[in-house]
Formats: sequence, structure tokens, C-alpha cells
Amino acid sequence: MLGDIVFFNVTRLFAVMVLIMLAGIIASLFYGAWPSIERFGLAFLVRSEWNPPAERFGALIPIYGTLVTSIIALLIAVPVSFGIALFLTELSPGWLRRPLGIAIELLAGIPSIVYGMWGLLVFAPLMAEYAQPFLTNTLGRLPGIGALFRGPPIGIGLLSAGIILGIMVIPFIASVMRDVFEVTPRMLKESAYGLGATTWEVVWRIVLPYTKVGVIGGIILGLGRALGETMAVTFVIGNNNVLDTLSLYAPGNSITSALANEFAEAGEGMYSAALIELGLILFLITFVILALSKMLLLRLGRHEGART
Amino acid sequence: MNLRTKRKLTNRAALGLSFAAMSFGLFWLCWILYTVLNLGVNGLSLELFTKMTPPPGSPGGLMNAIAGSLILVGTATLIGTPVGILAGVYLSEYGPRTLLGLVTRFINDILLSAPSIVLGLFIYAAYVTRVGKFSAFAGVLALALIVIPVVVRTTENMLLLIPNSLREAAFALGAPKWIVIMRVTIRSAKAGILTGVLLAVARISGETAPLLFTALSNQFWSVDLNEPMANLPVTIFKFAMSPFTDWQELAWAGVFLITMGVLALNIAARVFFKEPAKS
Repeated sequence: MLGDIVFFNVTRLFAVMVLIMLAGIIASLFYGAWPSIERFGLAFLVRSEWNPPAERFGALIPIYGTLVTSIIALLIAVPVSFGIALFLTELSPGWLRRPLGIAIELLAGIPSIVYGMWGLLVFAPLMAEYAQPFLTNTLGRLPGIGALFRGPPIGIGLLSAGIILGIMVIPFIASVMRDVFEVTPRMLKESAYGLGATTWEVVWRIVLPYTKVGVIGGIILGLGRALGETMAVTFVIGNNNVLDTLSLYAPGNSITSALANEFAEAGEGMYSAALIELGLILFLITFVILALSKMLLLRLGRHEGART
Repeated sequence: MNLRTKRKLTNRAALGLSFAAMSFGLFWLCWILYTVLNLGVNGLSLELFTKMTPPPGSPGGLMNAIAGSLILVGTATLIGTPVGILAGVYLSEYGPRTLLGLVTRFINDILLSAPSIVLGLFIYAAYVTRVGKFSAFAGVLALALIVIPVVVRTTENMLLLIPNSLREAAFALGAPKWIVIMRVTIRSAKAGILTGVLLAVARISGETAPLLFTALSNQFWSVDLNEPMANLPVTIFKFAMSPFTDWQELAWAGVFLITMGVLALNIAARVFFKEPAKS
């Protein structure tokens, strides 16, 4: 029947369009970045010089900033998200479960520019005045990692950006963890309780091993989000293309904030090609990471982990 | 200390930490909302909706930015929704197990979490450089690219919830497949699909990064899709980063409008969807 054939092909066309979108993104970024790829080659990844007037570019500082802020974010978000998921699945009284779950999801719904502005105007000044001097006097005295916590407390910088990023990704990781925890068969949990296990032992020895793959998938999903987050980082990272200290208080730059701040002014030519190459690197990294997360979550089975 | 007390204590400590983690999460939510309410309400006035964005030091509002945001979000939703729904229909009704279906579903889930700034970059490279100038329409395209994966995902999920017996009943009456999909399947999943659209709108109304080098911003009133257009997120970005207190106050008012809008949409989406699929 004609109607059927037309309708089938129209829907298939749009499904194919999703694939074309992906191919288009990769192809056009590659094309736009080509002058820079051709000129700098692989050295682009390890050089730290970022000099637009001389047209010499290296991506080390933005890549470093992106990695450091994402690691800080995960260090904060993973344990907290685990705690939240544990609370929502095992501890919370039934009537509180839904409202609390919604509250955490609302945290995910707040646009990132709100986090960014709040971070710059409310959180960073408090960091500079209280948290950073405190950390310098405690962790800063330790040998080794102490070097990370010394330096002028100016509020904005890698550490603040990482913390805000951490707050932002908590809801993503927490809701995936909650969803995968709920996949654990009741029978398994009840058997453990029947043997006299405490709530903690059930979670640690039964639920977690059972849902391991999904939990890792959720963490990697959070990492993907953290790497690609723009506004929350741009506001507080300080946008500085110099890297001469180990200190986390130092202002830095991330791939996304370099793009957000510099791209509109870059015009055509090598400068914009270098920035597009940054974007391409970011997209390829997040693509691999998100694909990995998706495969892990699929392996856990029937439940959709990565719902929005 | 015997084993029993030790186990009990570990349990207590762990559960205490879990409670602390929950409070930690809610603490930030409350703090951020409190700041936004507190500082945003100060900036609310009639002028906010009737005056243009001012140069620093003079009074003004956000009228052009609010209008611009509504136009951008509205147009992007109009473009992205049909595409997303049709692709979602394919995934659920025609190709749940075909190769195209599997690959599309996988890629779509990745695009769902892809960095939005890269989508802006894509539209810049593929459209802005071709046309030769920044324009609101480029911003619309970038936002539509964010809408599509969200709508595809929810549409597919919602259609899969519709029981097969409903489809079979329609087939038994002799309806061709596309009539069944249009008049029975999609219609029964209406509330769910609408939820997806609401969530997509909520998602893009706060998006800043993809607009930075597509729609840009505009100090003045413009509703021409071929010119740069003022919009709330980019205006907030510019004003908040500035050293001028009156600009920062306007930025807080703008943040208040966006946050309230997005939260309202999120809550509306949940209320809509509460009935049909309470699993």
C-alpha cells in the first residue's frame, strides 16, 4: 500500500538523519580543523604554548584543565552519588522516595549557566576567604600532595571549577546508580537479610557486586558530562593559558572554556582551526567515553540506565 | 569489641554517611535556589519586560533577550520535534531489531550526552562559515540538534509501553500499519511524547554554549532570523562576567526567569506523565 511505503520510508529517513548528524559533526569538525592538524600534527597534543598572534598553538593546557577539573568532580561526585543512591533505594521511607528523587533530578535540570554564575559571584569569594586558607593550613602542609593546595587564594581556578562540576554531575551519576540498584532482584537481597546481614552488608556485598557494571557505566556517563560541560567551568576556571604551577588554586583553562571565550573573536584562519581541533579532540574523547558507558549499561540488561 | 558490635557500628556509620550524602546533595540545591530567588526577585520589575538591554550605567530591562529566547527555543522545538518523533517511531515500530535501528539507538544515546558546545561548533563550521555571518537561524539549528535526541529517546520509550494488543486490535479491523501508528499508537502515547517535548524545551532554554558562536547576541531589538538575535543565556553570560553591578543585577533577574521556567517545565513534565506509566 502506498501510504505504508511512504510512511515507512519517511520515518526511516529521519532515523538515518540521526546517523548523518553524527557523521556530519565529525566530518565538518575534521575539515575545519585540517589547517591546524596539518601544521602542528601530534605535537598539538603535548605543546603548552598558546600564542594567537604568532599562530603557534598547543593544546596541553586546555587538555590538562579539562582532565584535572573532571577528576576533582568525580572524586566528589562518586562517593556522594553512591550515598544518595543508597539512601534512595534502601533507607528512605517510601513516601519520601519520590519527592527526594525528584529533588535530585531537579538539580540536574538547573541550567549550567546558573551554576556558573552562582559559582563566580557566590561560591568563589567564599572559597577565597574561607576554604582555600583552611586547606592551605591543613592539606597544604603535607608533603607531596601539599603542593596542590598552596598558592594565592583567589577563589576562581581549577579547584573551584572542579567542585562546581562535581555538584553538577552528582544528579546524573546518582540517578543512574539508583536505577541500577533497583534492578537487583528482591530475592537476593531478602536472602541476605534472612541470613542476618545488615543493610550495609547487603548493599556492599550483594547489590554492588550484582550491579557493578551499571555503576561503572553511570560513573563514566558522569565523566562524559564533566568533560563536555561548558558554562559552569568557563565562569570559574579563570581562563588563563599559562601553566607554571602544580597548585589547584591557579586559574587555568579547559577545552570548553577556551572555545567559549575565544572562538567568537578568532575569525577565520589558523586560530579558529586550532580551536576547532580542540573541539574535535573533545568530541572524540567524549564519544569514546559515552560509548563505553552505554555498552556497560546495556550489559547490565533490561533497565534503561541513561534516561534523561 | 566483638564482631556483632563491629558490624552494627559499620552499618550505623555507613548509613549515617549515606544520610549525609543525601543532605549534601539537597544542601546545594537549596543554596543555589535560595541565591537565585533572593538576588533574582530584587531585579524583577515591569521594566525587565518592557525595556531593552542597556549600556552599562543606565536603566534597562531584558525585553529583547526574553523575546529572542522565546523565538529561538520555540523555532528549535518546532523543527526538532517532528524529526525526533518520526525517528522515534521508526525505532519502536519498524526497526527495533534491525541493524539501522540498533545503530541509530546507540548513536542517539551518545548524542544525548554529547557536549553542547561541540554542536555549536558544528553549526558554525557547517552553516555560519557558508552563509558568512552569525544569525539567529544558526542558533535555532544548534538548539534543534539538542532537541532531536531527547525527543527520539522519549518517543521510543513511550511507544514501547503501548501494549501490542492495542495494535493488534487495530490491525484486525483492517487498518494499514501507518494508520495504526498515527491514529492508535501515537495517540495513546500522547502524554508521554509531550513529556519528552517539555523536557527538551527545558533542556534548551538554558543552553548557552551552542549559541555563543551561532546566534551570538544583540544589544538591540531584532526578530530577524537572518541577523544575530539577543537571547537570555548569552546576555546573562556577558552581563555576569562584567564588572558593572547594574549589569550583574540584570543577569540575576535573567537567571531567575530561566531557572523558574526550567523548574516549572520539569515539574509540569512529571505531572503530565504521572498517570499513564506508573511502573
